[in-house]
Amino acid sequence: MEKRTRLILGFLALLLGLVGLVVWNVNAGSVHVSPGEIVSILLGRGGGNVVIVRSIRLPRIFAAALLGGALALSGFLLQTFFANPIAGPFILGISSGAKLILSLTLIGFLSRGVAVGSVALILASFVGAMLSMSFVLLISSKVKRMSLLIISGVMIGYICSAVTDFVITFADDANIVNLHHWSLGSFSGITWGNVGVMASVILPALVVAFLLSKPISAYQLGEVYAQNMGVNVRAFRAALILLSSVLSAAVTAFAGPISFVGVAVPHLIRSIFKTAKPLVMIPACFLGGAVFCLLCDLIARTAFAPTELSISSVTALFGAPVVILVMLRRQKENL
Amino acid sequence: MDTWYIRTEHMDVGYDGVPLIRDIEIGVRRGEILTLIGPNGSGKSTILKSMIRQLKLLAGVVVLDGEAMAAMKEGDIARKMAIVMTERLRAELMTGEDVVATGRYPYTGRLGILTKTDKEKVQEAIALVHGEDFADRPFSQISDGQRQRLLLARAVCQEPEVIVLDEPTSFLDVKHKLELLEILKKLVRERNVAVLMSLHELDLAQKISDRVVCVASNAVDRCGTPEEIFTNEYIEALYGMEAGSYNALFGSLEMGRVGGQPRAFVIGGAGRGIPVYRALQRRGVPFAAGILAENDVDYAVAKALAVETVAVPAFAPMDEGTLEKARALMAGCQSVICCLSDFGPLNEADRTLRDEAAAQGKLLPLDRLSDLWTGGEPR
Repeated sequence: MEKRTRLILGFLALLLGLVGLVVWNVNAGSVHVSPGEIVSILLGRGGGNVVIVRSIRLPRIFAAALLGGALALSGFLLQTFFANPIAGPFILGISSGAKLILSLTLIGFLSRGVAVGSVALILASFVGAMLSMSFVLLISSKVKRMSLLIISGVMIGYICSAVTDFVITFADDANIVNLHHWSLGSFSGITWGNVGVMASVILPALVVAFLLSKPISAYQLGEVYAQNMGVNVRAFRAALILLSSVLSAAVTAFAGPISFVGVAVPHLIRSIFKTAKPLVMIPACFLGGAVFCLLCDLIARTAFAPTELSISSVTALFGAPVVILVMLRRQKENL
Repeated sequence: MDTWYIRTEHMDVGYDGVPLIRDIEIGVRRGEILTLIGPNGSGKSTILKSMIRQLKLLAGVVVLDGEAMAAMKEGDIARKMAIVMTERLRAELMTGEDVVATGRYPYTGRLGILTKTDKEKVQEAIALVHGEDFADRPFSQISDGQRQRLLLARAVCQEPEVIVLDEPTSFLDVKHKLELLEILKKLVRERNVAVLMSLHELDLAQKISDRVVCVASNAVDRCGTPEEIFTNEYIEALYGMEAGSYNALFGSLEMGRVGGQPRAFVIGGAGRGIPVYRALQRRGVPFAAGILAENDVDYAVAKALAVETVAVPAFAPMDEGTLEKARALMAGCQSVICCLSDFGPLNEADRTLRDEAAAQGKLLPLDRLSDLWTGGEPR
């Protein structure tokens, strides 16, 4: 069966890409770690670079993979929700909303000399995500044109970023530099503790999304048909909004706003697998997002080493052209 | 009555809390087709959308199979009611077959994976609408008519007991309109399904429906069998027809008559007159028609288009009085057109008229009909 072959080959390619990029990411950097050494470190036999690999590179790799997957999945869910192929957490301003509330929280706590835990970070960024999301929902109830929705989202994103910049500029704290760095998006400085927290948020969300495959497939046909097929549309819409917000909040909390992954990856996955079935799309988008972000992080770390690029610049470089491509293709279909 | 499969009780429908139609009481039994007709914007779709819960009811209840729908679970409703609406169904990267298969949704498991039985039902439904040739093509690339048939197949494989369709024939050509309605009839006969739909085509509504509901100016105006509803006067009033007329016997529409002093007298009968009447109407030539028996097909069209029609009652001979009337009318016309070449014992009077017109030099041969609007210049 041709369909099945495509499915198997697609997943095989994604897995190979994932493994390959993990190895490459461990290997590359200011200190080179040979594949032989990697194996011996992973097996616990130790080596000269145990600390670098165990406490810097591996958590960062896990984070990039998890957060990349979360972004792509969040993008797919939003695209389903808005029936709009270029919807995504960044482009709709949801990441920026999360960033704003997160910065306010951080500055608030830091100025009082209180350390902020991972869970509080996620909560703050979830509140911000929901705030932006409610604006987007409000606008989407008024405008039906897909391009207008996107423009509104981009504007919300700009407003949030501008306010964040003000806040950071006027905050008098030594952590400003870090904050500024984070607000551009980066996977650096992630600890195993962080990875644990993000995994415990993202992986359950992934499972829930996968279990929602069936109503998602119904919803893809349109709300009217979904309802007639037996989907409780109100509850389902709420679930989609919550899931996608949780996912993008988790990402923003740990890595700042990362652009275009949510739009580009689902689109690439759709063209590889030639299907929009959520049963395939959800795991494939997650894997694809992981691969995409590992690749981008590799480039961000190593392209101009020792200077590190912001991850968002790299994802935008690859992701934005994909968005343009999607829009052009849509235009052609509508003619 | 308990035999209604789906019925409304004191239902008010409308948008944004503003009632458009109040106190609607309609119902469909299994094995029956109920059709909503009425002018554009009268609220047919609003009624259907409210009954399938796409719109919130403003008052009243919809009862499906003895239960109030508002209290039913989505999944239970889905196994009883399928829809074919005018809303575009988004089907990204889906083949026609994939779309049809979505009808099995209420029966599949947690992840929606199709079993062998499901797949068989899908094929069966595709075969029912004769969609085998295009079911494997992308849904976005087939014609509107083919799409509509697959949407019906989708509804069929949902194994519903009632199907709600909103103007299902809108995008179809004549052949496919008939085919679609035939399939509905078959479903009603073989599976005892109830069908509730809105139709634009009065002729089809008249022929396929068991009962008809007329929606006009935001009210349910009348409800009854096609025989009760489809009368010339009622349909013309329902649609507020000012130009043209509706013929209930044929279920056909005629353009408005051209008024004024008749310029031509058309001798017709047995269907020969109709094309001439229509040609004259198109060119704006007022004419009179005669002598027709009231059971002649030409009579129905002449009544609608001619300024004046001379006729005799069905099965009656054309008597001297009728002939006199026709003569007088003919005298006022510049030309006479005779569509007949054969005459029989019942229409000897028509032969007389023709001969008199020929003697007066008024008889215009059929192939020179265009003289009446070009002014008769040499051709």
